[in-house]
Amino acid sequence: MLVFAVTLLVFSLLYMMPGNPIDIITDRKVSAEKRAELVHQYGYDQPLHVQYVRWIKKIVTEQDFGQSVRYKVPVWNLMKDRIPRSVKLCGWSLLIEMLLALPLGLLAAIKKDSFYDRFSVNFTLMLTSMPSFWLGALLILIFAVGLKWFPISGFEHARNYVLPVAALTAGSLAGTLRLTRAEVLEVLNEKYVTTALAKGLPYRTVMFKHVLRNALIMVTVSVFMSLPWLISGAVVTEKIFGIPGMGNLLLNSIVVQDFPVVQAVLLLIAILTVICNLLSDIVIAILDPRIRIAIGGGDK
Amino acid sequence: MSEELLRLEHLSIDYKVKGGYLSAVNDVNLSVNRGEILAVVGESGCGKSTIAHSIMNLLPGGNEEVEGKILFKGEDLRKYSRKQMEAIRGKDIGMIFQNPLDSLNPVYKTGKQVEEAILLDGIDRVQAWNKVLELYKDVKMPDAEVRANSFPHELSGGMRQRVMIAMMLSRNPELLIADEPTTALDVTIEAQILEIIKDLKKTYDTAIMLITHNFGLVAEVADKIAVMYAGEVIEYGDVFEIFEKPLHPYTTLLMKALPRKTKHEGRLQTIDGNVPRILDKKPGCRFANRCPYAMEKCMENTPPEVFVSEEHKCRCFLLEEQAEGKEAAE
Ligand SMILES: Nc1ncnc2c1ncn2[C@@H]1O[C@H](COP(=O)(O)OP(=O)(O)OP(=O)(O)O)[C@@H](O)[C@H]1O
Ligand code: SF4
Ligand SMILES: [Mg+2]
Repeated sequence: MLVFAVTLLVFSLLYMMPGNPIDIITDRKVSAEKRAELVHQYGYDQPLHVQYVRWIKKIVTEQDFGQSVRYKVPVWNLMKDRIPRSVKLCGWSLLIEMLLALPLGLLAAIKKDSFYDRFSVNFTLMLTSMPSFWLGALLILIFAVGLKWFPISGFEHARNYVLPVAALTAGSLAGTLRLTRAEVLEVLNEKYVTTALAKGLPYRTVMFKHVLRNALIMVTVSVFMSLPWLISGAVVTEKIFGIPGMGNLLLNSIVVQDFPVVQAVLLLIAILTVICNLLSDIVIAILDPRIRIAIGGGDK
Repeated sequence: MSEELLRLEHLSIDYKVKGGYLSAVNDVNLSVNRGEILAVVGESGCGKSTIAHSIMNLLPGGNEEVEGKILFKGEDLRKYSRKQMEAIRGKDIGMIFQNPLDSLNPVYKTGKQVEEAILLDGIDRVQAWNKVLELYKDVKMPDAEVRANSFPHELSGGMRQRVMIAMMLSRNPELLIADEPTTALDVTIEAQILEIIKDLKKTYDTAIMLITHNFGLVAEVADKIAVMYAGEVIEYGDVFEIFEKPLHPYTTLLMKALPRKTKHEGRLQTIDGNVPRILDKKPGCRFANRCPYAMEKCMENTPPEVFVSEEHKCRCFLLEEQAEGKEAAE
């Protein structure tokens, strides 16, 4: 449903934009007739709904996302190599975000109001409030240009991903950390934490097995829900660090009005968002037995 | 003959709150012997749970100040490190909480939560699980195996309290602190839970500190009783003795207010006035504003604990008066 809404919306917007892709790729020397012929050949003279239906049909029946107007190759060929790079960027960033935010948030909550608590919360907040292009540039300046620890741009080696992943993670870290902290603080007040301590479990076990485990439920929901946000951050990050991923492809294609590519990329992002929502439902159900029952139809 | 297990000496606990220190517990001296049930009764807010949690060093943390000694088998638990305390909890002292509904972790099966405690004693998993099922039968859980594999939200309040009891008895503690174990449950379940507690006391010879504001319950199971008022133990002694001839005006009023029948009327509600919230301790009897016998000195001086007999003590100036009266008469 969401997927259709998004693609249809984007389709309509692009449709309403002045000019069409053919105007951009052909220069003035090409005759008007020739141009009209091209427009017809690509189908840009058809009404909106006809274009849309044709596009969907091709994807569903032939897995054909159409031809890039600019590169004159199938859109899929363009995306094939770029998807793994973007996935790598987002995946690592997500992983590191969780690995950092969970323990740090737990610690901040346990040591509530301590220096560490204030420092970690405020520091990550500072990171988040920096615009990502600025932070990206700063990282490049310090670690690539200044210290020369990492390459400025590129995408072939793992080393290339360190700075972009850092920049991207920084953006979402604060939110997750603060949410973890808030959730842990709430769980710490729960009676079952006292119970767990009362039966003699070591403090550490209680914190991880009982407190963090319960805090994780809400944190996971939030992280999955905020994935589209991460993806939008990735678009900018790819641009800054010159990673030829989906984000870069999207930006470039918008600039040159390469409709089929824009369409395909946005379609993928929409699908991904839907998948994320589904995944988050599944993960919650795994983490929280109370919900598991509700979904499973109330069996005992 | 009976060995002293727990002894509280001059235990005072204040909560730092807006506007000063709330004196939740003041100069409490109590002891529990092996195999004995001590009932601690008093109106809501008089500091019962605070005492219970302080023994386990499980006060909320942050805003409380504790003074005095908590001696368990002669050793001051307040001097124990976190590690030492962890070793005591569950193993030597178990605790059942006031509200069974949210005292179990919602994300783990109840049996697993009981098993978690048993595993601390280094028993292997198969044996531990069998022990869980055995305990479930001990606490008369219907369908033990099914319930052990259920999550807390799938059980009723009474069943959850049974789980708590099973959990806290799983390691055979010498002392069980039961903080209003039946308040949240209905009358029939209450009776069953009480039976279980009594049975367990018989089987394991566990000492129990039973916190409640239900006198009916006290009469039925307890050996000793400590009556609390506004953070202080105002009378302590043998259950029969106190039911027969209460000495403190507060206890006397309570006994009078006791209807014989139902649980709800059995609660302490019938004395005029309210329990004061004591901000920043000052001298004077805490019951003075409601006491029909209040004298001038009650306002300015704190009555001391007076032993009437070896096992019966009371905190009220009337006793001194009587003693003096007797002396004068002689
Ligand atoms: N963490 C806290 N911070 C401040 N005040 C507290 C805190 N915990 C308890 N108190 C106060 O201390 C007093 C004693 O509370 P406590 O819970 O020990 O009473 P109780 O006898 O167990 O009451 P009930 O029968 O309702 O369980 C109350 O006035 C309560 O408001
Ligand atoms: S000390 Fe005085 S005020 Fe307090 S209970 Fe005794 S007679 Fe009443
Ligand atoms: Mg209480």
